[in-house]
Amino acid sequence: MQQETPGSAVISLLVDNESGALARIVGLFSGRGYNIQSLTVAPVDELGMQSRVNIVTTGTPADIRQIKAQVERLVPVSRVVNLTAEGPHVAREMALIKVVSSGEPRTEALRIAQAFRARAVDTTASSFVFELTGSTDKLDSFIELMRPLGLVEVSRTGVAAICRGPQTIQSL
Amino acid sequence: MRPSPLMGDQDKMTPQTASSAPDAQKPQTLSGAEVLMRALDEQGVEVIFGYPGGAVLPIYDALFRQNRIRHILVRHEQAAVHAAEAYARSTGKVGVVLVTSGPGATNAVTGLLDALMDSIPLVCLAGQVPSSLIGNDAFQEADTTGITRPVTKYNYLVRKPEDLAPAVHEAFAIARSGRPGPVLIDLPKNITVGNAPYAAASQTTARVAKRMPEPDRDAVKRAVAAMKKSCRPLFYIGGGVINAGPEACANLRKLVKLTGFPITSTLMGFGAYPGSDAQYLGMLGMHGMYEANLATHGCDVLIALGSRFDDRVTGRVDAFSPDSFKIHADIDPSQINKIIHVDQPIVGDAGRIITMMIEEWESQPAYGHQTELAAWWEQIEAWRALDCLRFSQDPAPDAIIKPQQAIRRIYELARETKRETYVSTEVGQHQMWAAQYFRFDEPNRWLTSGGLGTMGYGLPAAVGAQVAHPDALVLDIAGEASTLMNIQELGTIAQYRLPVKLFIINNHYMGMVRQWQELLHGSRYSESYSDALPDFVKLAESFHARGLRATRLDELDDTIRAALAHDGPVVVDLCVTEGENCFPMIPSGAAHNEMILGPEQEERGAKVTREGMMLV
Ligand SMILES: Cc1ncc(C[n+]2csc(CCOP(=O)(O)OP(=O)(O)O)c2C)c(N)n1
Ligand SMILES: [Mg+2]
Repeated sequence: MQQETPGSAVISLLVDNESGALARIVGLFSGRGYNIQSLTVAPVDELGMQSRVNIVTTGTPADIRQIKAQVERLVPVSRVVNLTAEGPHVAREMALIKVVSSGEPRTEALRIAQAFRARAVDTTASSFVFELTGSTDKLDSFIELMRPLGLVEVSRTGVAAICRGPQTIQSL
Repeated sequence: MRPSPLMGDQDKMTPQTASSAPDAQKPQTLSGAEVLMRALDEQGVEVIFGYPGGAVLPIYDALFRQNRIRHILVRHEQAAVHAAEAYARSTGKVGVVLVTSGPGATNAVTGLLDALMDSIPLVCLAGQVPSSLIGNDAFQEADTTGITRPVTKYNYLVRKPEDLAPAVHEAFAIARSGRPGPVLIDLPKNITVGNAPYAAASQTTARVAKRMPEPDRDAVKRAVAAMKKSCRPLFYIGGGVINAGPEACANLRKLVKLTGFPITSTLMGFGAYPGSDAQYLGMLGMHGMYEANLATHGCDVLIALGSRFDDRVTGRVDAFSPDSFKIHADIDPSQINKIIHVDQPIVGDAGRIITMMIEEWESQPAYGHQTELAAWWEQIEAWRALDCLRFSQDPAPDAIIKPQQAIRRIYELARETKRETYVSTEVGQHQMWAAQYFRFDEPNRWLTSGGLGTMGYGLPAAVGAQVAHPDALVLDIAGEASTLMNIQELGTIAQYRLPVKLFIINNHYMGMVRQWQELLHGSRYSESYSDALPDFVKLAESFHARGLRATRLDELDDTIRAALAHDGPVVVDLCVTEGENCFPMIPSGAAHNEMILGPEQEERGAKVTREGMMLV
């Protein structure tokens, strides 16, 4: 048997847009004890008939294969791809980060935000709301840096992911 | 705001009817309930097992005004589901259940999970409060789709009249396709009362095609190549072969005969291969045969067909069949490598795979290990000679009957009748003894709750089997505790004059619980004594059935014969010894070669470990 070390994986699904479909997916994860680190959902086709769900989960490669096989059994799920296993992909999320501070910390926060190319989407005399898009790692490190500088609130979207090159979720 | 339709209420629902459909036909005004009847009829439904209530009255009204579909009124919704399961399992058709909203639907939950675990195709129709009241805690409202989501293969809440007929057709397709299972359709009362358009099955697209992969020929080739190289092979088959149909079972016989390999079966696979054949080793697993378990442990190639390496089969996972090359054929890809790592997976229908294996076996170079195979058989015969099911019955006429003796005699005397026989069981020791002593030469004859182990399954299952096969002999091998879980079905049996033979192996204990308490919990028999039992003979009579009892050995055969000969329902109270244990037994957490044998076989194996105690 090959070496099985746990890691995280991005799984993307195409799902019929019907009521209860998300509950089916989430229920499968909780019922079987699989972890959901992040989850994003939105309709993606012209007619709004299908949604794409991106799930970041963790486990050994065998766990992830089992998760994929279990999700594939769900009737409204028409496609499941483990982007982490299928090769290069882009995974991005967006965060809104509120920092309340003044004086030196406030200037420092703004300086770091510029270095990260975060945009201030709301500014008051005592606060900023920064918008930052990027990899989970990038968001994590930005948030860590903001923590001592007056960080009071974070709102994150979770990961949206897509494979690189001309391939698609349908062709993979 | 952009609504996220996946989260909840929305008006879209697949499947859609083909766009040309609605105007292709003259619009007829049918009520939703009538559309439902028509769709069921088109799906070939002959029998519904159900129980009425406010939310399904329109459906019962439509049932009343037609005469193609028969309704069997059970006495509890759980029983409706088990009866439909047995109907499905014994006929190969989809079983149909009809229950009302709220408590009707929640009572069905156990049965639905039972069907899901044992891969039984069902469609359960549930009433629901009118759409306008959903979410208001209306009288007898339940979030039925929410509650049944994890216990069904799929479920629907029909929100629009035009979705009704397509949902019914797709439900049947989903229930029977791929790995079969239960599907529930929740029907708000306004949908069944109001008008709805009909759509034929041919106008509906069912989302099931992805679940029916054609097996990979190369995978079969490699599997057969491994079989050709094996010296100590073993087939390990399960319920998937039975679900693949009678032809698959016939081909399995052919394949096993062609190879000369031994074969063992799970509890769910009985009859897929003839139980009377010499190549058949009997059941494997926790209460499996000595020879079957040691062969599983010692084989060098294990060919799993339609079986899923359940924990009752594997015992300690890291010690399961340690030296074998494992081939696993299953229609459900999520079963592959779920518990046991396999070397050669094959995804697909067991019947197709068996046919392909036969082709490959015949086209690849001849099997060259006849000598080793003969030695393997010699080894197996030596294990067999231990006679692991032997027990000692005191031969005195007034001796207390041993449960094993009772069950073995029921089997032998039923076989003497030469009638087509269906056997259901409850759950417990009697179930395992029945699994050990009964042998089936045909599929679809053995009806038991395997995956869920549901006490209360057996009696309603006997109802379902007898409804499906009115002229057959239907036996329920039961325990006194399990029987009381759905005893009300004696009412159904009386109403429809179903000549079911209920044999209660009455040991005055929840015997399987008592056995575990003896072996694992220092003989502290906490709450496992069956106190205050009813007089089953009088109980039978009060339900218009015949009641019989045997308490001494010399009454046993005559009582069984009298029961089998009676042309109506019979309840037989077989009073047996209280403290008997079911052997062989692989204690939880032990390996197949650490089996505990009965006092007759001496050779005592494993000690039960602490970790084993934590397992169920
Ligand atoms: C609904 C349900 N509740 C509890 C159990 C746990 N259980 C398994 S076997 C058993 C005892 C069954 O007793 P009986 O029907 O008398 O059969 P015996 O083992 O004595 O043959 C129990 C309580 C179960 N399997 N199902
Ligand atoms: Mg008992």
